[in-house]
Amino acid sequence: MAHAVEIRDLHKSFGDLEVLKGVDFTVDEGQVVCVIGPSGSGKSTLLRCVNLLEQPTKGKVTVGGVELTDPDVDIDAARRRLGMVFQSFNLFPHLTVLQNVMIAQRRVLKRGKNEAERIARDNLDKVGVGAKCDAFPPQLSGGQQQRVAIARALAMDPELMLFDEPTSALDPELVGDVLSVMRDLARDGMTMLVVTHEMSFAREVADRVVFMDGGVIVEEGPPDQVIGAPQHARTRTFLKRVLDPTHAEDDVSAGQDGAAADSPPAR
Amino acid sequence: MADQSMTAEPAGPAGRAPGGSRLSPRKKQRISRGVQYVILIAAVVAVAFLTNWQGLAQNFAKMDVARQAFPDVFTVALRNTIIYTVGGFVFGSLGGLLLALMRLSSVRPYRWIAIVYIEIFRGLPALLIFLLILFLPLALPGFEVPGGTYGQGVLGLTIVSSAYMAETLRAGLQAVPKGQTEAARSLGMSHSRAMISVVIPQAIRIVIPPTTNQFVSLLKDSSLVLFLGVSGEYVELTKFGNDLASTTSNATPILVVGLTYLLVTIPLGYLAGRLETRQAKGR
Ligand SMILES: Nc1ncnc2c1ncn2[C@@H]1O[C@H](COP(=O)(O)OP(=O)(O)OP(=O)(O)O)[C@@H](O)[C@H]1O
Ligand SMILES: [Mg+2]
Repeated sequence: MAHAVEIRDLHKSFGDLEVLKGVDFTVDEGQVVCVIGPSGSGKSTLLRCVNLLEQPTKGKVTVGGVELTDPDVDIDAARRRLGMVFQSFNLFPHLTVLQNVMIAQRRVLKRGKNEAERIARDNLDKVGVGAKCDAFPPQLSGGQQQRVAIARALAMDPELMLFDEPTSALDPELVGDVLSVMRDLARDGMTMLVVTHEMSFAREVADRVVFMDGGVIVEEGPPDQVIGAPQHARTRTFLKRVLDPTHAEDDVSAGQDGAAADSPPAR
Repeated sequence: MADQSMTAEPAGPAGRAPGGSRLSPRKKQRISRGVQYVILIAAVVAVAFLTNWQGLAQNFAKMDVARQAFPDVFTVALRNTIIYTVGGFVFGSLGGLLLALMRLSSVRPYRWIAIVYIEIFRGLPALLIFLLILFLPLALPGFEVPGGTYGQGVLGLTIVSSAYMAETLRAGLQAVPKGQTEAARSLGMSHSRAMISVVIPQAIRIVIPPTTNQFVSLLKDSSLVLFLGVSGEYVELTKFGNDLASTTSNATPILVVGLTYLLVTIPLGYLAGRLETRQAKGR
């Protein structure tokens, strides 16, 4: 059977800067794959190449058997099958919560008003913000906004959900609500590709973890292996930083990236 | 601590200001303000004595002349001013939106056309554009601006305002965060659908205050319709005031017309300010 997502030799450059240097991996239907890695390693770029918010320089992206990188593909139609959740929510501030979840259903899927509203309310209830239908996004907490954003994507009945650090912009006490929605989604069998720094979430929910650094996949496998017993020094260094940030400086020798990130002790 | 030393100083022995100077800062300030008032009063008295009040009143505030201006100053002149302005504003906004979208287009020739248009018509005096319209039939024989006199006036104001609106709207469109388009596209919306449903509605909200100011300046520019040689039922405020001032050999109609402009422009300017602060707070 075909993979839900298949990425082959994916390259992406911004001008002279090569951000993705040949990425290969697959996600099977119903799988949750978490992508981890240091800042600037190309995780967001990878995700954005999957739904073609960025045009890959080279390589193939296939979702549900349709090659998105084929120049003749109807990209708007293809994107309808993928939901994306952004770090900064990106709700439409001029529309109410309900309208946020309805507008693409109405304009893209051409659903009738009643049907769209029913589906919107169902999804908002599912993520626990059903009571906020008539509020405008800026009146909501970050955690609520992100859950509305998830409902907005789900209302389009996607085959695959992409999450780009969905909890990174949230206050710590709001992270749990969003993660539990994502956990439920995974349990219901949604295929998910999640960029995250939440290691405990990755360990618990992911079927596979992909560690990226410098535009390539360094290591991938089951979470217990990649997070629990990493094979590569770069993975170990990264995990040490994430899991124990106060002792990050101990590893300056471990990689060039680290040396650049830590400012000199002068001043 | 700092507070204590501050309050302690004035409480100390009088005249013991820091630096050994004779006057405390507060006293200096009081004297300075006193001097300013004296100068103001002197100026007012001088103007009051030197002005020929009688002559001024005769020329600028003659009641029977002022009476002649009513009700036509409102029913004809102001009405026409508003027709010209609103017409120019509506068509200018549509043209400006089109130009702004062309300016941001990925098709290079569209960008060029928009840039050339915007640069030319923002750079020319509005009066020159009206003169151009006046001479248009000479250049293009048989050509007639649809809508007659109203059409000509509205066309002139449309040409002017579309160039300014284009730049305002472009700024507004660019002020909508890129994530908004990305969210819309990731939901499967086409580029134009994302523009119509997500970006343009937000851009319009952003540009409402500057646009209100543009409406005010368009209202003032509508006075240039005077140069189209309009008459009778088509006159707007400035032409109306000018004509009545000529026939009565008196400047009072100018004053009446001026006050009529202010009746509209001041509230609108105030409104624009309110909208601006409201938006600043909403951010
Ligand atoms: N549109 C762009 N134009 C130019 N450079 C870009 C663009 N988008 C990303 N980059 C660069 O590509 C590199 C990878 O960025 P990316 O956002 O994919 O990293 P990331 O792994 O998601 O990092 P983070 O954890 O900080 O989100 C960075 O060096 C970034 O500056
Ligand atoms: Mg990122």
